[in-house]
Formats: sequence, C-alpha cells, structure tokens
Amino acid sequence: MTTETIIVPAISIASATKSYGTGTTILKDISLNIAKKEFVSIIGPSGCGKSTLLKLVAGLSPITSGTIAVDGMTPANAREIVSFIFQDATLLPWRTVRQNIVLGLELEGMARDRRTEKVNEVLHLVGLTHVADSYPRQLSGGMKMRVSIARALATRPQVLLLDEPFAALDEMTRDRINEDLLRLRADQGWTSLFVTHSVAEAVFLSTRILVLAPHPGRVAHDIAIDLPFPRNEETRSTPAYEQTVIEISRALRSVSASSVNAGGAAHP
Amino acid sequence: MKTLRTIAQALIILAGILLVWQGIVWLFNLKPYIFPAPLDVLKAIEARYPELLASLSLSAAAAAAGLFTALIAGVGIALIFAQSPWVRKMFYPYTILLQTVPIIAVAPLIIMWIGPGLFAVTLITFIICLAPIIANTTLGLISIDRNLVDLFLMHNASRGQILFKLRMPHALPSIFTGIRISSGIAVIGALTGELFAGSSRVGQGGIGYAIQYASAQTETPYLFALVLAASALGFAFFFIVMGLEWYFLHEWHESARSTDVE
Repeated sequence: MTTETIIVPAISIASATKSYGTGTTILKDISLNIAKKEFVSIIGPSGCGKSTLLKLVAGLSPITSGTIAVDGMTPANAREIVSFIFQDATLLPWRTVRQNIVLGLELEGMARDRRTEKVNEVLHLVGLTHVADSYPRQLSGGMKMRVSIARALATRPQVLLLDEPFAALDEMTRDRINEDLLRLRADQGWTSLFVTHSVAEAVFLSTRILVLAPHPGRVAHDIAIDLPFPRNEETRSTPAYEQTVIEISRALRSVSASSVNAGGAAHP
Repeated sequence: MKTLRTIAQALIILAGILLVWQGIVWLFNLKPYIFPAPLDVLKAIEARYPELLASLSLSAAAAAAGLFTALIAGVGIALIFAQSPWVRKMFYPYTILLQTVPIIAVAPLIIMWIGPGLFAVTLITFIICLAPIIANTTLGLISIDRNLVDLFLMHNASRGQILFKLRMPHALPSIFTGIRISSGIAVIGALTGELFAGSSRVGQGGIGYAIQYASAQTETPYLFALVLAASALGFAFFFIVMGLEWYFLHEWHESARSTDVE
C-alpha cells in the first residue's frame, strides 16, 4: 500500500456523543466521514443539535465521548486550517471592514505588509473594495455577511464551518451570496460543513445533506446531492433541483413528525 | 445655524432673568448681604478674581486628580472583576458599599487621618468617583457576545489578545458612561472635601473652603460668585468628557448617527 491510497478524511467523527451535566443528551453516537472538498449541509428540526455538532468540530465545546478528527488532528489543534462563520456577522464595530477582515491574520501574527496584501486580495474576491474603509454600522446585513465570509477566507482555510450564516438575510441577498459562495468554493476548494434551516439553500449548495433527528440528535438520513456543478441561478429552476428539494423536505418532515410524537409521548 | 440660534435664545433668556433679578433687588431694596443683585456679584468677581481663580484652580486640580485616579483604579479593579463570576460575587457588594456610604460622613474621618490639604480632598473625590467607573467598566468587559469570544478562540487568540483587541474596545463606551457619571460628582466630591479640609486654617483654599469662609463672613455677593464658579467647573468637566467621548466613539458607536451612509 502506497501513501497515496491512504486518504485522510477532512472531518472524521466517530461515535460522538454530547450531553450536559443535567443528563440531557444533545447528540448521540454520531459517526460520519467527510471527504476533502465535500460540501455537507446539516438540516433538522430545532433541538436536534446541528449547531452543537458544528461547535464540537470547531473544538469550541468539549465532546462527552467519542472522537472527532479534523485532517487527522484534534479540533483544538486543527484551528489553523479551520474557519468558522457565525450566525450573525460578528464583526467588531470599532474596526473598519478592512480591519475586520485582517483580524484573523493579525491574531496569527502575520507581518503587516503581507497582511495588507492578503486583505486586498480577499476584498477584491468578495467585491468589497469600495467599502473597505467603512464601519460595520454603515453596511447592510448582506454586506456585513460578506465581510464575515471575507474574514473567514483571509486565513486560507481548508475547512469552513458555517452556522446558519444567512438565516437573517432576505431571500434575494441570500440567493446571491449562495451563488458567490459556490464560486469561491470552486476557486479555493475548501471542505464545508454547513448548518441551515433552509432545504432549498442546502440542496443548492451541497454535495451531500445530513438530516438530523432530535431527542437525542442523530443522523437520520445521509443523502448525496448529484446536481452538476457549476450551479447558478438557472439550477434553481431545473426539475432535478426541484425534485431534490421535495425529497429532502419529505425526509425532514418525517424526522420532525416522529419527534413531535416522541415529544407527545414524553409529555402527555 | 441652528446651534447659533439656540445659543442666542439661551442668552436672551439669561439676560431676562438677570434683569428681573436686578429689578427685584432694586424694587424691594434688598441688602447685598441678604440677597445681592447681579451687579453686586459682578463687582465681587471683579474685586476678588485672583482669589476666586486660585480657589477655582485648586478645586479643579483636586476634582481632576480624583477623577483620573478613580478612572485608572476603577478600570484596573473592573479588569480583575471581569476574570471570573466568582471574584465578582465576592467583591461586588463592597463596590455597592462604596457607593452607599455617604461621603459627607467619611470626609471628616479622612481629614482626621491624613490631615487637611489637596491630597485629602483628592482622596475624597477619588472615593466618590470610583464606584460608577468600576460598575460600568465591569459591565462593558463581561457583556460580550459569546460568538465574538469564539471567533477569537478559533484564531488561537491569547488571553491578552482577547483582552486588548476585544474586551477593552468593547468596554470603551461603558467606560465613558462611568466617567460621565463620575465627572459630575467629582466636583461635588472636591467641594465636600474642601468644606472639611480647609476649615482648620485661615488662608487660601478651594471653592468649598472659600464658600465656608465667605458664608461665615456674610460676604454674600462673593458667595454667589463662588457658587457660579463651582457650577462652571461642573459644566467644564461635563463638556470635556463629552468631547473626549465623541472623539473616541463617533466613528463606530451607535450613539453617533450623523455620518451614516444608509
């Protein structure tokens, strides 16, 4: 066996369980491998532990049992190759767009002139050059989210973790950012783990969708999305896309229905 | 243009009040030592302005020094408080105690222990200014969005980086709220201190001391002048702090909206 045949998955999760001291189990026995360059979306009803799973992979929350490896490393050691995009843009209001994007490079101790060069590159990439010296409060929600994406990409991550980043945006802005995200992905080739509430968004972006069932959170469906790349505006009106959205919606509904029944049984 | 008109209106009203005041005193033939007319006060200022200025600068120095040291100490204490909820629970009640103990009751003790003078007055001012700065700074340091802290952790930020690049800038508006509250009471603190600190000796003292001396001598017009000086000092403190606040925050904080693009 040569070294070429050993493929280290980008993210490897083995029997991951997360419970709190009170005895509530959020995630139970999750096992999955995510190959490099996959775009995996996690959907599921509220309380299924989607965001918790993402926090575990980021190493921001300790795992109760099981293991998680990111490119063969523990989550805490893998942070240099991982970027996290949060629910809100989480920008620092006292910093300009440029200064916000540079934050990661600055914290990692990159030299000043190299930093400036990198930031200019990323600003251009996400189309924010014209607002580089504005403050966050001067920007719309969509623009703020673009800054947040730019900041995440500035450190050249191999793995991108996204926690419902576009939930607060209007549909048109969200669609446009989704398209941009795919364009950037084609260019940079990171592995993505994406948490969302929107089935349409998940189908449009993903190569694979995990449907989580709640109480406790577990993987109920693991569905490959075979829609061809590049995907763009037209993709959304193809029968294949619409069929997939219906299929995923059905899977999500079955999971939600069973959780309602389970809830009903627990609290008669 | 609008501010100019506001100022003009305020000046007209002021002139009206002064005229009515002068008229009442003249009409009822009130003695200056009972109730001086504006002109009497003006004459007192003119006759004794070097003395008045000396008192004013003494009080200003004590108030400024007290406020500044309270700022340094208050932010320092807040930094310790921000380290853990446990530390806060242990020591926060003492901050409230600091705020509730009437300074007028503590001032004589301090004078008794360290003797009258600028240092005692500054210390009294320091004590009265400390609590609002601690309380507001602590709040600013700890009320940070969990996601922002996580963002810094994702970049392997050190404790120091989180403190100086996240917590401190985030706390800046709250620190200014604390300074604004304390700047108002700093002048009160200095005058309270001087009321006790200066009374044992005849001679030069701050406004507080001069007020007591003037009242004992029934130099009522000068007493009025001192009250005006004290108010002016309070105003000056307030506006300086407002100016600094604007300078440091107007670009990014919500309180300044005039430069919005949207």
